[in-house]
Amino acid sequence: MKPPPFDYHAPRSVAEALDVLAAEGERAKVLAGGQSLIPLLNMRLAAPGHLVDINRLTGLAGVEVEPDGVRIGALARHAEVERSEPAAAAQPLLRQALGLVAHPVVRNRGTVVGSLVHADPAAELPAVLTLLGGSVRLARRGGPGTPAAGSSTAQDVAAGGSFVVRDVAAGEFFTGPLESAAGPGELAVSAFFPALPPRSGTAFREVARRHGDYALAGVAALVVLDDDLRITSAAVACVSAGPVPLLVDVTGECGHRPPASAGWAGAARAVQDRAEPEDDIHATAGYRRHLIGVLAERALRDAAREALNG
Amino acid sequence: MTTKLFGEPVRRREDPRLLTGRGRYLDDLGRDALAAAFVRSPHAHAVIRDIDVSAALDVDGLVAIYTWEDLPDRLAEPLPLLIPHPALTHGRTAYPLARERVRHVGEPVVMVVARDRYVAEDACALIRVDYELLKPVVGVEEAAQSAQLVHDDVPGNVGARMVQEVPSAGGLDVREVIEDAPHTLAFRLDIERSASTPLEGRGVYARWDADDSSLRVYSSTQTSTSVRMAVAAKLGLPLPKVEVIAPDVGGGFGVKIVHPWPEEVLVPWAAMLLNREVKWTEDRREHFVSSAHERAQVQFVRVGFDDEGRVLGLEVTILHDHGAYTPYGIIVPIITSTQLPGPYRLGAYRVEFSSIYTNTVQVTPYRGAGRPQAVFCMERTMDRIADHLGLDRTAVRAVNFIQPEEFPYDQGLIFQDGRPLIYDSGDYPESLRMLKELIGWDSFPAEKERAAAEGRRIGIGVGCYVEGTGVGPYEGGHVQVTSDGRVHVSTGLTSQGQGHETAFAQIAAAELGVPLERVSVVTGDTRRFGYAVGTFASRAAVMSGNAIALACRKVREKALRIAADALEADPRDLEITDGMVHVAGTPGAAIPLATVAVLSNPLRYAFDEEAARATQFAGAASFDRPPVPEGDEPGLEGRDYYSPIRSTFASGMHAAIVETDPLTAEIRILRYAVVHDCGNLINPMIVEGQIHGGVAQGVGGALYERMVYDGHGQLLNASFMDFLMPYATEVPHVETAHLETPSPLNPLGIKGAGEAGVIPVSAVIASAIEDAEGIPIDKMPISPSELFDLRRAAS
Repeated sequence: MKPPPFDYHAPRSVAEALDVLAAEGERAKVLAGGQSLIPLLNMRLAAPGHLVDINRLTGLAGVEVEPDGVRIGALARHAEVERSEPAAAAQPLLRQALGLVAHPVVRNRGTVVGSLVHADPAAELPAVLTLLGGSVRLARRGGPGTPAAGSSTAQDVAAGGSFVVRDVAAGEFFTGPLESAAGPGELAVSAFFPALPPRSGTAFREVARRHGDYALAGVAALVVLDDDLRITSAAVACVSAGPVPLLVDVTGECGHRPPASAGWAGAARAVQDRAEPEDDIHATAGYRRHLIGVLAERALRDAAREALNG
Repeated sequence: MTTKLFGEPVRRREDPRLLTGRGRYLDDLGRDALAAAFVRSPHAHAVIRDIDVSAALDVDGLVAIYTWEDLPDRLAEPLPLLIPHPALTHGRTAYPLARERVRHVGEPVVMVVARDRYVAEDACALIRVDYELLKPVVGVEEAAQSAQLVHDDVPGNVGARMVQEVPSAGGLDVREVIEDAPHTLAFRLDIERSASTPLEGRGVYARWDADDSSLRVYSSTQTSTSVRMAVAAKLGLPLPKVEVIAPDVGGGFGVKIVHPWPEEVLVPWAAMLLNREVKWTEDRREHFVSSAHERAQVQFVRVGFDDEGRVLGLEVTILHDHGAYTPYGIIVPIITSTQLPGPYRLGAYRVEFSSIYTNTVQVTPYRGAGRPQAVFCMERTMDRIADHLGLDRTAVRAVNFIQPEEFPYDQGLIFQDGRPLIYDSGDYPESLRMLKELIGWDSFPAEKERAAAEGRRIGIGVGCYVEGTGVGPYEGGHVQVTSDGRVHVSTGLTSQGQGHETAFAQIAAAELGVPLERVSVVTGDTRRFGYAVGTFASRAAVMSGNAIALACRKVREKALRIAADALEADPRDLEITDGMVHVAGTPGAAIPLATVAVLSNPLRYAFDEEAARATQFAGAASFDRPPVPEGDEPGLEGRDYYSPIRSTFASGMHAAIVETDPLTAEIRILRYAVVHDCGNLINPMIVEGQIHGGVAQGVGGALYERMVYDGHGQLLNASFMDFLMPYATEVPHVETAHLETPSPLNPLGIKGAGEAGVIPVSAVIASAIEDAEGIPIDKMPISPSELFDLRRAAS
């Protein structure tokens, strides 16, 4: 339960961090909150040659609420985002999901962006990003003199040196279990969660063995109503339902109807049919599939209620 | 008892220290010590063909690498079989480091000593062990039928087989009784593995003093005195040259009563050999795969009963999974078989167990020590009888209870201490009455109906147990009053968070008539007290509590004698209050206990003002007798031992209300009620804390914890991520009521309380889920996924 040897880097600027990441490539791992990485190191399941500790990059700690959504910096802790009133007002699903992420002590250290990059299909935040159609911003060292791409956002990152940033949509970001689009040499500097549209509601329902455990099954739901309070779109994203967060648009199943008469059961069945849960020591695949149906219906109904109340 | 301290909910004096991070646990000691780490078998069953350490030799900071072939003399022998028993015909124990063969994943094969633990683990990773794989034997039923043997010389993998039988009053054997009974039932029950999992694992830190040829060992153990004897024997050291200290210990729950662990002899041996301090701190994965587990049993039950549910005959056949070795003998299945009758008078009883070897971690006592399985069996049987007859579950229990006037009650069995199992006292009907009132048993059916109308499923369950506590052979206490008036209490058994510093101080303060603040307590330090057995089997309060009380009474008697001389009074007229010895009813005629301590020790040399009062020219002495009279000793101190004729039997009853989600099959405990009888209470707050902790572990065993072995003998959940110890969020509020039926067996009238809380929980939760669901619950623990499957199968 002690990590194998590694070189430790504690860069003072994003540029410095990107230099190390560029130099070490796949040998380097980024350390932010450490809530997943440190246990992996201690159990010698991961053996990176270099750890790049970004905890001194305080410029990345922001939670910025913009009219179109919430941009969360790579050093923003779960707890900070969970407590942020403006963030909860702009996108209530963030707080709804974060309350289900582990425990307060983990949320005090763990970061939202770190959780996204870790890309655990059992985790809540990848499902949230997927459902909302958010994105992750990745930065890497560019060649000398290369102008920073996406120049309007380059100053968010840091000054000094040139680097390239790209925004990757959630749909492309999660590529497999514990695999993301963040490549060698890249640092995820922020994530963007779009704001809740008008007349819409969200909910997150899950069943975990213990409070705060990775869920046996979990469903995030987003329901949008039109001016007549009929459903114009309904979608869910499921955790523990496949190798990556499972996004299912159930607008058709719900029908263009008011929530009270929507086809929730059919929508839940559609979600269930798409899910590919697996057996493990805590639950059978059959039980998980059953749960996904139950939770999808509960989450959709909750989200619709929120939409009506909002 | 004269003062109020005994029986008061005094706040635990150790808590401010322990809760603010000022505890001194094993890994807090020896910061500069070399670190040991172990290469452990990754295979459940294999022959070791070769160990190649060459790649590790270049690791910077490596100090030494040891395999079995390096071990001298008695260290190269198998570790002791601690509790031999005639029925344990094929007891087997491990070598400190594996010799030729490994029998479970996690068995230590190579010890590495290095500058620090990081380096030691780096070196471990470079050592290549060449294994020839053997077919692993996993699962107790498979092992009982397997041609593959865990130990080549143990046929059928059977370590022990034992039968105890109590015929009916008419002399009929159980099978005849069951044949003739108006009703019979037969069924099978299963309980899975769990483990003690103390938050602090095991650990050993050894210091060899070459100048003094003496060894000091710190161990996170439940028995420092016995570790000391084992280490001295294994290393060939004279006993007086070995001292063993249990520092603050972060929980034991049974696993740390096993000794000597391989590391407990290997680390001191390395410290001697290297003449350097060496420390090993167990990590969590090591704890899961290389310490001990418990619980797993398969039980086959046949019961015959009459129309009122009276048990006429009960026959239980148990397959007990012992894991790879039997260092602690067959204590666990013996306790299961003998505590199974609980508070009931069974018409006739036969129990047979087979203790079976498997290629898994060894099984030794974990809090409850075989009783949770016993109670699960008996209480599931009671529920089955009630269900069969359409009777209230508590009515069936009541009709079987031993009545208060029947004590002492001889169950006709031989208990874990080799002595007759005779209940000393108890009041089971009153316990049940209190429990039903506490949980609202009689009004529950209406509550259940109301819930059903709202689409909710709730159920109520009940479980009763009797626990033999305070097992012998003995404990001792030493009490010394020093000339500053302070009272120093020591006892040899160890503490793992039970609150001994408080409870033992309460006893001493009450017995001696001194303020609690003046009393200090030391446990588990062989420098202070060398004779002890250890902390296990809910015995510390009964054994050391009574020994300390008896030692205090000796001190008190001596104090009164000396004070009577000084006050020219009759000792029978003297009392001690608030640290002052005074003549009852005569204000002013008093002498502080501190002064009595001064007078008790005639001195030649003065080193302070108090001491000067005891020197030879101070003038107080009588010239008619020697300064220390014949038969007397200097000093105001006393030592005494308590050795009971047999165990004392505590009892209790629990009830729970659970809710099961009709759709998700989640199981939630809505209420949990406990009636507990451990005789006179020393400190009700500590007893309640023990109950809460026990119930928490019981909830773990009922709903969350299991050891998941695959067919290859790999433990799939060897971490706290996948072994689901319940969090505070999973443990219900526990409502507690106390009944105090004093034990007639010991001076303080107390019974043990340490294990009680955990014992009936699986039975109670199973009973409640069964009530909510209407599906028989035969297997614990139960998860939502399993409940979902049971529903599918039932519909």
